[in-house]
Amino acid sequence: MHIAVLVKQVPDSEATVQVKADGSGVEIEDRYTLNFFDSLAVEEALRIKGQGGDVVVTIITLGGQKGVEALRTGLAMGADQAVLLDDPAFAGGDEYATAMVLAAALKGMQVDMILCGKEAFDDSSGVVGPLVAEFLSMPSVTSVVKIQLAPDKGSALIEREIEGGKEVIKVSLPVLLSAQKGLNEARVPPVMGVMKAMRAEIKKLDLAAIGLPATVVGRAGSKEEILRYHRHPQRPAVTMLQGEAADIVRQVVGLLKEEAKVI
Amino acid sequence: MAGAVWVFAEHQEGKIRKTSLELLGKGRQVAGEVGAPLIAMLLGSGVDALAQELTTYADTVYHWDDPAVALYNSEIYCQIIAELAHKEQPQIFLAGATFLARDLFPRLAGRLKTGIAVDCLNLELEEDGLLVARRPLFGGKALADVVCRQGRPQIALVRPNTFSLPDAQGPAHGTVVRLPVGVDPAHVKIQVLEVSRPPKERLDLTEAEVIVTGGRGMKAAENFRLLEELADVLNATVGATRGVVDSGWRPHGDQVGKSGKTVSPKLYFAVGVSGAIHHVMGMDTSKVVVAINKDVQAPIFQYADYGVVGDLFEVLPLLTKEMKQGTGKG
Amino acid sequence: MERMDAVVVGAGLAGLTCAYRLACEGMQVLVLERGDHPGSKNVTGGRIYLRPLRPYLPELWDKAPLERQVTKEVITMMSAGAAFTAQFTSDKFREHSYTILRSRFDKWLGERVVERGGFIVPQRRVTDLLREDGRIAGVVSEGEEIPAHVVVAADGALSLLAEQAGLRGPLAPRHAAVALKEVIKLTPPVIEERFGLSPGEGAAHLFFGAITEGVFGGGFLYTNQETVSLGLVLGIDSFLRHPAARETHAIFEAFKGRREIAPLIKGGELVEYSAHLIPEGGNKPVRQPYTDGFLVAGDAAGLALNMGITVRGMEFAMASGYLAAQTVKQAKEKGDYSATTLAAYATLLKESFVLKDMETFRRSLDVLENPRMTGFYPAWVCKVMEDVFWIGEGPKQRVSFTIWKGIRQGLFNLRAIKDLLRLRRI
Repeated sequence: MHIAVLVKQVPDSEATVQVKADGSGVEIEDRYTLNFFDSLAVEEALRIKGQGGDVVVTIITLGGQKGVEALRTGLAMGADQAVLLDDPAFAGGDEYATAMVLAAALKGMQVDMILCGKEAFDDSSGVVGPLVAEFLSMPSVTSVVKIQLAPDKGSALIEREIEGGKEVIKVSLPVLLSAQKGLNEARVPPVMGVMKAMRAEIKKLDLAAIGLPATVVGRAGSKEEILRYHRHPQRPAVTMLQGEAADIVRQVVGLLKEEAKVI
Repeated sequence: MAGAVWVFAEHQEGKIRKTSLELLGKGRQVAGEVGAPLIAMLLGSGVDALAQELTTYADTVYHWDDPAVALYNSEIYCQIIAELAHKEQPQIFLAGATFLARDLFPRLAGRLKTGIAVDCLNLELEEDGLLVARRPLFGGKALADVVCRQGRPQIALVRPNTFSLPDAQGPAHGTVVRLPVGVDPAHVKIQVLEVSRPPKERLDLTEAEVIVTGGRGMKAAENFRLLEELADVLNATVGATRGVVDSGWRPHGDQVGKSGKTVSPKLYFAVGVSGAIHHVMGMDTSKVVVAINKDVQAPIFQYADYGVVGDLFEVLPLLTKEMKQGTGKG
Repeated sequence: MERMDAVVVGAGLAGLTCAYRLACEGMQVLVLERGDHPGSKNVTGGRIYLRPLRPYLPELWDKAPLERQVTKEVITMMSAGAAFTAQFTSDKFREHSYTILRSRFDKWLGERVVERGGFIVPQRRVTDLLREDGRIAGVVSEGEEIPAHVVVAADGALSLLAEQAGLRGPLAPRHAAVALKEVIKLTPPVIEERFGLSPGEGAAHLFFGAITEGVFGGGFLYTNQETVSLGLVLGIDSFLRHPAARETHAIFEAFKGRREIAPLIKGGELVEYSAHLIPEGGNKPVRQPYTDGFLVAGDAAGLALNMGITVRGMEFAMASGYLAAQTVKQAKEKGDYSATTLAAYATLLKESFVLKDMETFRRSLDVLENPRMTGFYPAWVCKVMEDVFWIGEGPKQRVSFTIWKGIRQGLFNLRAIKDLLRLRRI
């Protein structure tokens, strides 16, 4: 069985992000980490591998040096191999163009299952995974909190989170599943794993290797275009209420009624 | 001729979801601006009443009425909607950013070879009918205006509670068009076996107008009773921080924050919440925020409109009592 | 599982220097660091004296990211409302000492380690020593056993590992201080203008007296390339005993607001803030810095020297890390990592400047910790100066008389004479 895991290196949630004054871009502090939901996807692949049988886990990302770091984290956790999709033509792509590249690379890999995070911290779209499945004509289930593989590995029982509950879905393989919090707890890569990962060879695939024309990847192949960036609007200064509990409770209820008019 | 404006009408337990109504309201405005009809998409079985209800908002209601679409199935839904879209060429397609929509619409975008903007916080039209969608990046640390020039329809999934509900329903003016579900089940690889949604009197966090969230300051699972009591009075939904969820005091589904839910209620109470950036990213688009914390230095106060400095175990019962009197309940 | 030649715990100057040397010798070395990256847990004000170090790592210094070479020494004694400043410059001080930003420098040194084939794994806390047949045979990090021929503990002043190895006890409050530091960004021209420096030149500015509000300690300011490091050091013991001590950050804020400080950092942007426990030095180095399969270096080995307000530790850290690496190399050649072989480390330390300097200045803490050194004397100097420069309503006395009076009042008493005699120990 071959499981591919799509991963991405993203800014840490604590990293500062500044919108340029002219709105033309953002400046991101150099604090990156493997996307949280992706780490759950890697973990799940490793757990399936741990259940026995002949399972190979390949992690895949798109991008340069940052991508390599994501792959090394996945390798350190215990993935078998890593593939970096790297080509200047891939730059500036939106979710559509990114999924196009990933799908093209996956087409030649004979995968039985693709795992990815529910969404990436940077754009919080959650679009690339299902798009990849669509391009590969493979079913997809998002926000997955439980995966139970059938003994013949031809299908799986999936639980997916929905508002206030869950759905139980039976799906045939190959399938793409996106990991939601609650699926598992990702392991901390062991030190020995980290050392192995630092030395591991990472396979690189460029545009020619995946066999796509330059017109369908990167900026050229994108559907969405970012016009400008904005700062998060500032909330007005807080009104602090201190003193006797009964007094401040009366005050805040008064303010919510009279000033904020929300109750 | 420019195509119609479509709105996906999601329903649950016999009711159109609030977020879909919000989008019908916004869709009406957008349709007016581009001079196109507003069309609601309804899939379901035995939901004729809902189709009728939708005619008060939309010019046309496309209704697929078939047991095959009684439960959401991404493959079936995607296939029948995509087929119609190929035929009718809508220019804009709106839906609430729900679990269903976030599962379905990326695939739909792929099949229609168009773009998609998820979790939008605002929509505006440019003169040429280009939809400018404002969406959060980096957990809301930045916002981006995105457009889709390279495909149609322009798909936008909007964060619930972003737009207000449409004004009181007018008379039914639209027509219902019933469409057959022509999907060969042999080609469907997904089978939904069960949907379990424990009956809840309250709205989901993502749709709730008022949320009361408890943090580690609540000290124990049983103390959430105090929040439940306040929530009862305010018709609110109870949320929790990551710390609370990780401690097992509340289920995962209750988590507000970067790895939990992103919420946008009218009124948000953060009770005993320190204000870690992770949590703030999940609630910073709330309209009015009240923070209750005994530590005057707690970062949550930087993200609040009203900061109540006090012991929550003293403040909460008083607040519940005061609200009860104020709202005439009880 | 594969056994490393050496596991170094702590990616500070001692650990990184040791790992760098071992990696250069082609040995398998792994550095475990609990911070996010090398340098992330350091608070050092930052000044390094290069002369003692040049012989150790000659190939490194030309490309090292040093900030400015210190050409100007400034000391300010402060009372509540006055300050007396002495400034010293010398042509001799070329290439003598440099300001340094540890977050930048340590990261760079870490990169050199990796470049030479060493491993650095951050965000790893080492909790235990791994023992086989009673001797140390590696470390345990978050439950994972990592076997190694030798463990080099460079885990800082609070070294848990040196304690576990039975080489030292816990750090006494008397030997620890709280250090608060802010790195404030300005532009190089502004720094050069405000401090009267040429490009590339830097100032080291020390402050003591009323700013520490009666607590033993002092302030420092170092000019970096495009930032200044402003800090305050407060002795823990003295802080705990002080009846009316305010919170440390309140003391720091008041220090920053002083008329003598505020204009120097005006308009600057705060880019880094840290507060840490640091060794105050003066404590004795560990008597035996080695045991079977184990060496201890840098602050962990108690190799830090109180020089008044500043602590000299970086040179000792790097030198001891280097010497530890030499010892490990010899052990590998012999195939014997027992205490008998590793004892060579103690000898190397003794022959180096490290232990010689430590011995020379051993008793300085006793003298400097005298509360009068940071309380009475700075205030006294300021008072004498006030009297010298003051022109009031009445007739002014001769300057020589004013100074004489000040000396008589301040220094002609038993306590002052005792203090003076004690000064000889420094």
